[in-house]
Amino acid sequence: MYVAVKGGERAIANAHRLLEHERRGDRKVPEIGTDQIEQQLSLAVDRVMSEGSLYDRGLASLAIKQARGDLIEAIFLIRAYRTTLPRFGFSVPLDTGAMAIRRRISSTYKDLPGGQVLGPTFDYTHRLLDFALAAEGEPAAPVTAPVDPEERFPRVTDLIAQDDLIERNPPTDPAKPVGDLTREPLAFPAERDLRLQNLARGDEGFLLALGYSTQRGYGRNHPFVGEIRMGEVEVEFEIPELGLTVALGEVTLTECQMVNQFKGSLTEPAKFTRGYGLSFGHCERRAMSMALVDRALRADELSEERTSPAQDEEFVLSHSDNIQATGFVEHLKLPHYVDFQAELALLRQMRRELTSRNTHPEAAE
Amino acid sequence: MSRTAENYRGYNFAYLDEQTKRMIRRAILKAIAIPGYQVPFASREMPMPYGWGTGGVQVTAAILGPTDVLKVIDQGADDTTNAVSIRQFFEKTAGVETTTETEKATVIQTRHRIPEAKLQAHQVLVYQVPIPEPLRFLEPRETETRTLHALAEYGLMHVRLYEDIAQHGHIAKTYAYPVLVADRYVMDPSPIPKFDNPKMHESAALQLFGAGREKRIYAIPPHTKVVSLDFEDHPFEATKFDQPCALCGATDSYLDEVITDDRGGRMFVCSDTHHCETRRAEGHVGTLGTPVTEAAE
Repeated sequence: MYVAVKGGERAIANAHRLLEHERRGDRKVPEIGTDQIEQQLSLAVDRVMSEGSLYDRGLASLAIKQARGDLIEAIFLIRAYRTTLPRFGFSVPLDTGAMAIRRRISSTYKDLPGGQVLGPTFDYTHRLLDFALAAEGEPAAPVTAPVDPEERFPRVTDLIAQDDLIERNPPTDPAKPVGDLTREPLAFPAERDLRLQNLARGDEGFLLALGYSTQRGYGRNHPFVGEIRMGEVEVEFEIPELGLTVALGEVTLTECQMVNQFKGSLTEPAKFTRGYGLSFGHCERRAMSMALVDRALRADELSEERTSPAQDEEFVLSHSDNIQATGFVEHLKLPHYVDFQAELALLRQMRRELTSRNTHPEAAE
Repeated sequence: MSRTAENYRGYNFAYLDEQTKRMIRRAILKAIAIPGYQVPFASREMPMPYGWGTGGVQVTAAILGPTDVLKVIDQGADDTTNAVSIRQFFEKTAGVETTTETEKATVIQTRHRIPEAKLQAHQVLVYQVPIPEPLRFLEPRETETRTLHALAEYGLMHVRLYEDIAQHGHIAKTYAYPVLVADRYVMDPSPIPKFDNPKMHESAALQLFGAGREKRIYAIPPHTKVVSLDFEDHPFEATKFDQPCALCGATDSYLDEVITDDRGGRMFVCSDTHHCETRRAEGHVGTLGTPVTEAAE
């Protein structure tokens, strides 16, 4: 005898309890601390902060622990927390030119003021599993050099701009405040500020694949890495009531400035164009991918024919957010039996009609 | 469970902050003023995933007051897991009274169904909407579809419906069946079965639709004309069932098919669990049902 299914409430509670248990794993193994995640899985923390759009290493570490290392789930936790925070203002635009450099490389110049600074990078490591790391052991202390406080690291794109060989960044317009897609729904066509915001919190894998596709001919834009820089930048806040600007603290950022194929005409002298990528923390792959996609999305502005997915603003901006994407893909797990029943009924009716047409061909008239 | 409850401490009534609620209420008012028109709104990230009812939850959070009585259904049922989860969310964040009784509720949030009981003037039905744009499956671009709506250019949709008739002999849409609201906007009623479409017409209750991921809110004000798209020679027909509910014997309700064994055994039961329970409590018994006293054990 069938009795309608009940007990969803208890099942959910028990499933969540089991999840907690699985998250903890074998209780004989020491529990991982959020401080360990913050310190030793710092690049995971950086990704969660970037795509979660919230600069807080402690909360990102907690989210990673709670999500059992599922970074998209961790990003989701951060987003759902962030959305409840009040906005009390906007920072003064950050000056990445004044960054305290930890890494800075250019692929367009062999040497330049400030020099090439490799910093902590996987580049040029041999990707061989280090079996010694499976055992505990302290790595050697890093080598240091004296710091020259007078040393300046001018942005490569600013150096190129001195010769007027690259397009200027448009000046900021105080009458037109920067957009925020978390406060206003995105409309198309979108301005570049909103596109950049969308890309900055977009899924790294999605950006990577799109950026890669531009290199393989789907919207080529001939990029050079003008510069990648990573380090700490001060965040300042203007208090209009007091007429003061105060420093709130510093954030670690990765910035990538691509120098792209030039543009010119019979009347306009040719100039390189720009693609821009910026990320919280040390996220070089996403900053580079973002810069490639940003440049691709400028197709209309630069009178290029839009032929490829990476140039298609609606396609890119509507599908870059992994929290939206994962929610909608995974919602297919929810029950759909009402709609499925409606399809079943129609399918059976159509099959019945076909059978009766075949049995009584004259009735088909 | 107490740990979960603690997590919500420190949040505003019904989770969203008041500024966000005001923004959503403005969108709702605009939606009511232009029936069937999709109003963009600054949808927030919610603590449940996109596609799982974030639009409906935001609308409910924006309209809910402390004296409201909330009912949440999914597939017509109060006890499906996602309905339970959303109901618990509002129990914790708003502390409002909840109910499974359609008649007692002032706000009903739903996914994929309209309750069988006729809704009243003091009730609001909040739909969870996955894809608000009825033309989306014909035209993927928002810039295009907004223009089509602006011009009331719905030829594409009629051609599509006609092609169904030409190919299958029927309009092959059985759910999310498009409707024309107040003679102006073609609207997606969310994936309710077309069985439910007639209930939207001239409903005494306010109907609000929230799409979180797609950031749209739209509405059907009370007593508004809602017509399912059709042709003179192929009029709209709601799905009919060949048999009554096996538990309560209802002949006028939408039925779910339940597979009872692996030898082809199946039965049909009301999708609206409250409707079915009410009827059984009144003494109606279907062919496979048990009198209500025994079932209660």
